[in-house]
Amino acid sequence: MKDEDSSHAYWKATLGLLTRILIIWFVVSFGAGILFAPLLNNIQLGGYPLGFWFAQQGSIYIFIVLIFYYAKKMNDIDRRFDVHED
Amino acid sequence: MELQTTIYIFVGLSFALYIGIAIWARAGSTSEFYAAGGSVHPVMNGMATAADWMSAASFISMAGLISNMGYGGALFLMGWTGGYVLLAMLLAPYLRKFGKFTVPQFIGDRFYSKSASTVAVICLLTASITYIIGQMTGVGVAFSRFLGVSSDTGIYVGMAIVFAYAVFGGMKGITYTQVAQYIVLILAYTIPAVFISLQLTGNVLPQLGLGSSLVGHDVSLLAKLDQVVTDLGFGKYTTALPGSTLNMFMYTLSLMIGTAGLPHVIMRFFTVPSVKDARSSAGWALVFIAILYTTAPAVAAMAKTNLIRTVTPGVVMKDTNVFEKDAAIKYEERPDWMKRWEKTGLLKFEDKNGDGRIQYYNDASKNADFQKKAADAGWKGNELNVNADIIVLANPEIALLPNWVIALVAAGGLAAALSTAAGLLMAISSAVSHDLVKGIFAPNISEKGELMTGKISMAVAIVISGWLGLNPPGFAAGTVALAFGIAASSLFPAIMMGIFSKKMNKEGAMAGMLSGLFVTLFYVFAHKGLFFIKGTEYLDLIGGPNSFFGITPEAFGSVGAIVNFVVAFLVDKVTKEPPAHIQAMVEAVRIPRGSKAVDGAH
Repeated sequence: MKDEDSSHAYWKATLGLLTRILIIWFVVSFGAGILFAPLLNNIQLGGYPLGFWFAQQGSIYIFIVLIFYYAKKMNDIDRRFDVHED
Repeated sequence: MELQTTIYIFVGLSFALYIGIAIWARAGSTSEFYAAGGSVHPVMNGMATAADWMSAASFISMAGLISNMGYGGALFLMGWTGGYVLLAMLLAPYLRKFGKFTVPQFIGDRFYSKSASTVAVICLLTASITYIIGQMTGVGVAFSRFLGVSSDTGIYVGMAIVFAYAVFGGMKGITYTQVAQYIVLILAYTIPAVFISLQLTGNVLPQLGLGSSLVGHDVSLLAKLDQVVTDLGFGKYTTALPGSTLNMFMYTLSLMIGTAGLPHVIMRFFTVPSVKDARSSAGWALVFIAILYTTAPAVAAMAKTNLIRTVTPGVVMKDTNVFEKDAAIKYEERPDWMKRWEKTGLLKFEDKNGDGRIQYYNDASKNADFQKKAADAGWKGNELNVNADIIVLANPEIALLPNWVIALVAAGGLAAALSTAAGLLMAISSAVSHDLVKGIFAPNISEKGELMTGKISMAVAIVISGWLGLNPPGFAAGTVALAFGIAASSLFPAIMMGIFSKKMNKEGAMAGMLSGLFVTLFYVFAHKGLFFIKGTEYLDLIGGPNSFFGITPEAFGSVGAIVNFVVAFLVDKVTKEPPAHIQAMVEAVRIPRGSKAVDGAH
């Protein structure tokens, strides 16, 4: 593979990963926490209305998972395209 | 032991600890002063970032605002955590690879122009100083309670201490000090929350307590709170919106992208050893931040419940009707914590109907039925005014927790305010001395001269922000939100385009930053006064408050960011593309291989 193709493919893989994560990021916060919160509030999670839970608790937990997932996947992509450090 | 003595001991001990660490790790060369030699472990860096990040706004102010706002307060929670996802993925690894100290350096190099770097310095200073005004408000609240003085005097004392503190150590001192501060502040935040959660719900974890039933009842805390606040004429706790859904959306977005554009947070990611570490560092930072941020909503709802229980004792646990004649407590029999806070001027009682009791309710309620009931009960307006910024500090007192818990919270609040103020002052000082003076005006300045310029700029920043903090543009968290809006509208789009668009040129970036900053400041100043000086508001010019689709000035950063992107792309289209070596540099920044330790030299 030529260098240029490889760096192009690397960047494409990176952007693909970013897009997938940003979709989840948007859906849990702006989606479940804001736009659909009134709808989700009809469902109870323990003593929490679900929309309220996403807005004040759930989205934060999911953000953490997203970052570590990103870090792991990104390291895999680095290795696959042989651009990792050391 | 008496409360005041206990507070002195806790605050004194925590200060001794920070100063001890600062001496131990005292900064030597300029490189160490700014970036601790690029050798901080991701977990440690995460903790320090968390301390740096969680300021007086998060610690002192946020839960109080959520307590007042209910559901809508989630915009702070999501906004100030969701931004880390953006930061981790869109900026941190690339800026680390780029390998320079400061944001203006990146902008200057990427957009091959000293003017671009100067524009970035202007944006950075505007955002950072606004941020420090919010901190000063918080510091004032903390010191006023701690020393039993007015909040103005609290600000003066705070200014002196922040100055001594920031000038003393560099970033390295600050990094390790901040790890200690994180530990103090997180204990101070969670311990009272655990106690209160146990008292109200029997659940140890506040995060679960908020979703549990009240002790001895089979109704959930939130359902009961919804009912009680509605009885008092407020909006329903679990659904109350800040203005409109659109405003909440834009506000949250503004805080998120502002997080990713704030220089003092971004700087943190220059201090990790590798690109790989930069990615996970943001995750660790968020873990440590989330401990506080998931506790905050519980603190908010429980503080609201306890406040109502204090003023109208039977209403929450015994289902007393709020309108009953003796439902509210007599002012003479008010608890001690109210007396203590009355001294600071941040809690006020005014007996409007002369019955000697404290009526606490929403006298601006639009519910005619409620207003009629209130009038029938002889209420003549809300009589208790509680400044939202005191809720967290007063929370353990309201719940009648032991003195050492109250003292710990005071120490935690001061830790939060000091650590962030110090981090921001570092960003300001490096922007002025490194990017402005050394980079542009006096390239031959000696290392000593550079450090001195940095310290002078810190002092100037403290004086300006302290002075403006005496008449703050809002509650601590609200003012800080304005700073995020400014960062969101100016720096974030420029950095992002610098990485994700190879073709973005200097003309586009500069036009974008300036127009984003200008539009946002224009709208903010219309509401808050020119440069936040009271009396210079010009609301008529923009057609009244929140005239742009009902968006509040705190939420306007999102609009500014959109303007920034659009202007940048339009200008970019009609000017010539960046030189080949810049495009090659962008390519190089995108891959991790070849990252090296940060280097301050140009």
